[in-house]
Amino acid sequence: MLLKPQIKDIKITSFYLGRIILGLGLVLIIPCLFAVLNQEINPALDFAISSAIALIAGFLLITFCKSKEELNWMQAMGMVSLSWIAAMFLGAIPLYLSGHWASYLNACFDAMSGFATCGLTLVEDLAHLSRAHNLWRHLMMFVGGQGIVIIALSLFVRSSSGAFKIYVGEAREEKVMPSVISTARFIWLVSLVYLILGTTTLASILTAEGFSLKSAIFHSSCIFMAAFDTGGFAPQSQNIAYYHSFAFEITCMVLMILGALNFKLHYALWSGNRREIIRNIETTTFFITVMCAFLLVVIGLTKEGTYPAGLMLFRKGFFQLISAHSGTGYMTIFAPQFIKEWPVFAILGIIAAMGLGGAVCSTTGGIKVLRLSIFLKTLGNEIKKIMLPRSSVVTDKLHHVKDMVLDERQVRMALLIFLMYLGLYGIGAVFASLYGFPFLASLFESVSAGANVGLSCGIINPSLPALLKIIYILQMWFGRLEFIAIFTLFGVLIAAVKGR
Amino acid sequence: MIKVSKCQGIKVSKTDIKIQDLFKNLFFYFILLPFAFCILNLNCYAQSISSTELIENAKQYDGKTVTYTGEVVGEVMLRKTGAWVNISDEEGVIGVWMPFELIDEIAYKGDYKTIGDWIEIKGIFHRACPEHGGDLDIHAQSLRKMKSGEPRENMIIDQTKKKVLFWLLGVLCIVLILRIFIRK
Repeated sequence: MLLKPQIKDIKITSFYLGRIILGLGLVLIIPCLFAVLNQEINPALDFAISSAIALIAGFLLITFCKSKEELNWMQAMGMVSLSWIAAMFLGAIPLYLSGHWASYLNACFDAMSGFATCGLTLVEDLAHLSRAHNLWRHLMMFVGGQGIVIIALSLFVRSSSGAFKIYVGEAREEKVMPSVISTARFIWLVSLVYLILGTTTLASILTAEGFSLKSAIFHSSCIFMAAFDTGGFAPQSQNIAYYHSFAFEITCMVLMILGALNFKLHYALWSGNRREIIRNIETTTFFITVMCAFLLVVIGLTKEGTYPAGLMLFRKGFFQLISAHSGTGYMTIFAPQFIKEWPVFAILGIIAAMGLGGAVCSTTGGIKVLRLSIFLKTLGNEIKKIMLPRSSVVTDKLHHVKDMVLDERQVRMALLIFLMYLGLYGIGAVFASLYGFPFLASLFESVSAGANVGLSCGIINPSLPALLKIIYILQMWFGRLEFIAIFTLFGVLIAAVKGR
Repeated sequence: MIKVSKCQGIKVSKTDIKIQDLFKNLFFYFILLPFAFCILNLNCYAQSISSTELIENAKQYDGKTVTYTGEVVGEVMLRKTGAWVNISDEEGVIGVWMPFELIDEIAYKGDYKTIGDWIEIKGIFHRACPEHGGDLDIHAQSLRKMKSGEPRENMIIDQTKKKVLFWLLGVLCIVLILRIFIRK
């Protein structure tokens, strides 16, 4: 029997949602101030308007839905799902006001793409977009990459058990520190340290490559935010190909890989446990899958002679592969080149890499390599069980920061999410195919949206049918929150209609 | 029978006329036409190809001399032996590798505050440039400025946005006052 949600449930959910919206309103002040400093008056007004709307909505919710009760699982999951939708609608306001997005739906598409660290974009005339708006595009990725509710956790939530439910709702299963709030703060610390190091390195390269210092710092900070948070937006429409720099591409690759690693692994490395990088099941699986996918890409590209020299293969083939596997979506080629010049074999390698993604508790999307490891381990053990005598006991063990024995629930959850991702990729591909796009290209875009990657082969553009844009938005949302929180929200909505 | 025509009192046979025509044709095809072509080539360019056409049919244009027209956008990136200039033709942006002597022509680079110079370049198109790590680019041989850039007119404050902000700040103040009262 379904139980109708009570007024109390709506009140608690709205109260926490109000806090998240309030947090977003405060974040919107950053590009507003940047616009004022940069003498971009109209963009400053765009951000001031958006921030004011968010602050009004946030204050109204926390004033009229004030609650001192803790969130239960259902409320936390529903709140997290709703907060991402609220973030999309609010984040899209300054984008739409800039006039560079043809419709509010297009702006919503980019806002969801930004927060979900996807990187697919419908922006028009990016070259003439203000710096403040460009900063906002990348800031959305930085905020979304760490997790929108992580901000709220670090700033507003003091209760540990309520925080844990919100944390899990945002598709993070693992705690780095004993408490979730200290984990959220550690994630911010890691990100800020890398922000300083990454931006400095990228800015030095760009200065040497002919950029003015001011431009170099701006581009570097934007690129860092999108690379480390495995986002994929760039300040110019050619993406990373705009910079024409090998050193810049290498640094981006390092940042993308760092972003794809588990924050738990970062903590282990920071604590001096360097051996963990070799022993950890995620990093070893990531390395093996990168090599396998690269083999596919190399065989395909070499057979067709797409890139005849080794350096070209590395800068085009390997870069695109790392970008795909880390879920970043940075490109050093033009989108139509995938379909026009890349052979099917190489495209399949990229699709597989995109679908898998990086580590859990990182900023990447997709199935995640830990789930693949669990899937393969379970499969191997099942075969072992058949081959060994009945009396023998086979345990599913793997090393992930510490040695752990897999229980049935972990295996079931990993396989369930694995299958749900495959379904998500398939649904998007079928819808795009129904609109008349070739199946391979449809699958490419669908996996890219569902796994929050951002690589495109050209289907996604401002003239895309509205329904397809909505489907891609839903894919990005589902992919980012890993289904459970959104299914809970739908469950609550169904219970509100059908429940007693 | 030989046809004879009178021309300024000189008798000219049909064979002579044919020889004269032949010389005329030779002069036209081998001297005048190439000369005219050279002159024209200095002053005008072939029809410009769009970025979409170049990217989507890169194999077809690979290694060929193309004419590409567009606005200079972003930074001009000076390197050791030349510079990278990114040119947008409103359909897309392509990176153009230029020798230093061509860079001097560029005065405005397009961004939020500026409309960049509109230029026409003629150069060799590469699908995967061997010199630049496989980049799809054009190596410019000549450049012609078609229209000079200028500052953009987006610095005028949008009055509607200003009014909306004013009202929203008013509402925000009311909400905050309301919050204080409810708390009390």
